[in-house]
Amino acid sequence: MNLLTKLVGWIDDRFPLISTWKAHVSEYYAPKNFNFWYFFGSLALMVLVIQIVSGIFLTMNYKPDALFAFASVEYIMRDVQWGWLLRYIHSTGASMFFVVIYLHMFRGIMYGSYRKPRELVWIIGMIIYLALMGEAFMGYLLPWGQMSFWGAQVIVNLFASVPFVGPDLAVLIRGDYVVSDITLNRFFALHVIAIPLVLVLIIVAHLVALHEVGSNNPDGVEIKKHKDANGKPLDGIPFHPYYTVKDGLGAVGFLIIFCAIVFFAPDMGGYFLEYNNFVPANPMKTPEHIAPVWYFTPYYAILRAVPPMFGSQFPGVVAMGVATVIFFALPWLDRGPVKSIRYRGPIYKTFLAAFVVSFVGLGYLGLMPATPTYTIISRILAVVYFAFFILMPWYTKIDKCKPEPDRVTFK
Amino acid sequence: MTDNVDHSKRRLLIAATTAAGGVAAAGAGAPFVLSLMPSERAKAAGAPIEVDLSGVTPGTMISVEWQGKPVWIVHRTPEMLEMLSKHDAELADPSSEVPQQPEYCNNPTRSIKPEFLVVLGICTHLGCSPTFRPEVAPADLGGDWAGGWFCPCHGSRFDLAARVFKGVPAPTNLIIPPHKYLSETRLLIGDDSKGNA
Repeated sequence: MNLLTKLVGWIDDRFPLISTWKAHVSEYYAPKNFNFWYFFGSLALMVLVIQIVSGIFLTMNYKPDALFAFASVEYIMRDVQWGWLLRYIHSTGASMFFVVIYLHMFRGIMYGSYRKPRELVWIIGMIIYLALMGEAFMGYLLPWGQMSFWGAQVIVNLFASVPFVGPDLAVLIRGDYVVSDITLNRFFALHVIAIPLVLVLIIVAHLVALHEVGSNNPDGVEIKKHKDANGKPLDGIPFHPYYTVKDGLGAVGFLIIFCAIVFFAPDMGGYFLEYNNFVPANPMKTPEHIAPVWYFTPYYAILRAVPPMFGSQFPGVVAMGVATVIFFALPWLDRGPVKSIRYRGPIYKTFLAAFVVSFVGLGYLGLMPATPTYTIISRILAVVYFAFFILMPWYTKIDKCKPEPDRVTFK
Repeated sequence: MTDNVDHSKRRLLIAATTAAGGVAAAGAGAPFVLSLMPSERAKAAGAPIEVDLSGVTPGTMISVEWQGKPVWIVHRTPEMLEMLSKHDAELADPSSEVPQQPEYCNNPTRSIKPEFLVVLGICTHLGCSPTFRPEVAPADLGGDWAGGWFCPCHGSRFDLAARVFKGVPAPTNLIIPPHKYLSETRLLIGDDSKGNA
């Protein structure tokens, strides 16, 4: 017995090392028919690590003070050794996090991964998504540029429109009557420690819940129905080495794109880093055209599409809020006899296509100025967006589905 | 089989412990939540400011900072004032019934002196600062535009008395802060000696 084996044995007598490794990696049986769409879960985990590491190093030179914040970011960009790289990795990581998460969510919708018995995996995932939105929003205030300031001003004012408690709630969030140094300081605290801690904890819960029920697959059939004499699913393969190798390929492909952005287009034409944010925050003047970063624009377009009612903008805020949380209800809205899009009928496919068009379309309109024509188009797309969810119990039921296979299909 | 456990007593003790623990947790949590409210320094930052109006020529606007927010002072020309009464039908609240102004500014021009409009430059929709567009009928705002403010964030429109137009996201007219004239050309914003601040 060599020294390493002894050491592992010594630890394993005191800590469930081998059994944890087996349960979650080397003997976690995943369906053998995972395709391209199954890269994004592990990629999300990798981006999280990239964000945490680059974030820690940025914190060492950043100053969360309204007088120094903007200058400290410029200091990181110009004077800190390799500081520009750390900052561009972090800003690119923020956008790529949402790229990966949106594709990961779309995968879940396409293959019905939210359906029984994976409702909690989906719900925990949605909580991660909301926490990520909060994390991104608070991080965006830190450079203290014009978009930081006015973006925070608009989002905090969303809360102020809640009837009765709204104005006090906005004061509680800002810690001041306007977005100020106090707000910057507390958003920094939430961005660098509170939300990341929560994120890591709920990501662990997401994985624990997933490994309890087992992964779904592109066919949407349960591999646990057919097991061999040892209780291993016949259509399952151990996550390690099969999927660690596959996800490694995905990670390399992703990092090629990621590095191309970091080195050649870190502002991504104004979509990842908005031009107005290279101007220091000025509470006296809103920039001519402001728009949130691209990952919030679908919801922002819905907010703008709803006219005020009863002398209050609250209905628009509610529509925006409902648009983000309505995903929680998916497991109970879907009444289809099959899970995967492969065996769904034409009605579901049409609705899903319309939903994708509305989401992308609203995302585009949210970046554009509010003209009357765009407002009308936003309203139509917002109706399509909500119709996908609200009509789902009906159209998934009447749709003509194909029969599901008994085992996964794999060529 | 009896287990020799007094379940009702156990339930009572669990309930009592939970209640006492809950009260203690709420009490311990209160200072944390209260620390998030505005500090004494933040509260004290809202002092009134004095503005000299002599440099504000007819047709122009200045922007001053009060409580960290922009306050606009517009010197309206007689033509501008004349046009104010001509689009009441297009306004959401032409006679300022929603109390977005002190009592002494609840008049057609929403001001103490008709020529000077003093208004908080924060959109009542989501808090952007709208852009001053005094020109008549510019290409991007349409032929009906008689001067006013356009909010770049969500497209809200206000006339030169800071009254909101119908069919835009902002629900109410812009806020007129408490103010008073110290002399012909000296204006005090934030205090009107009438108990408003």
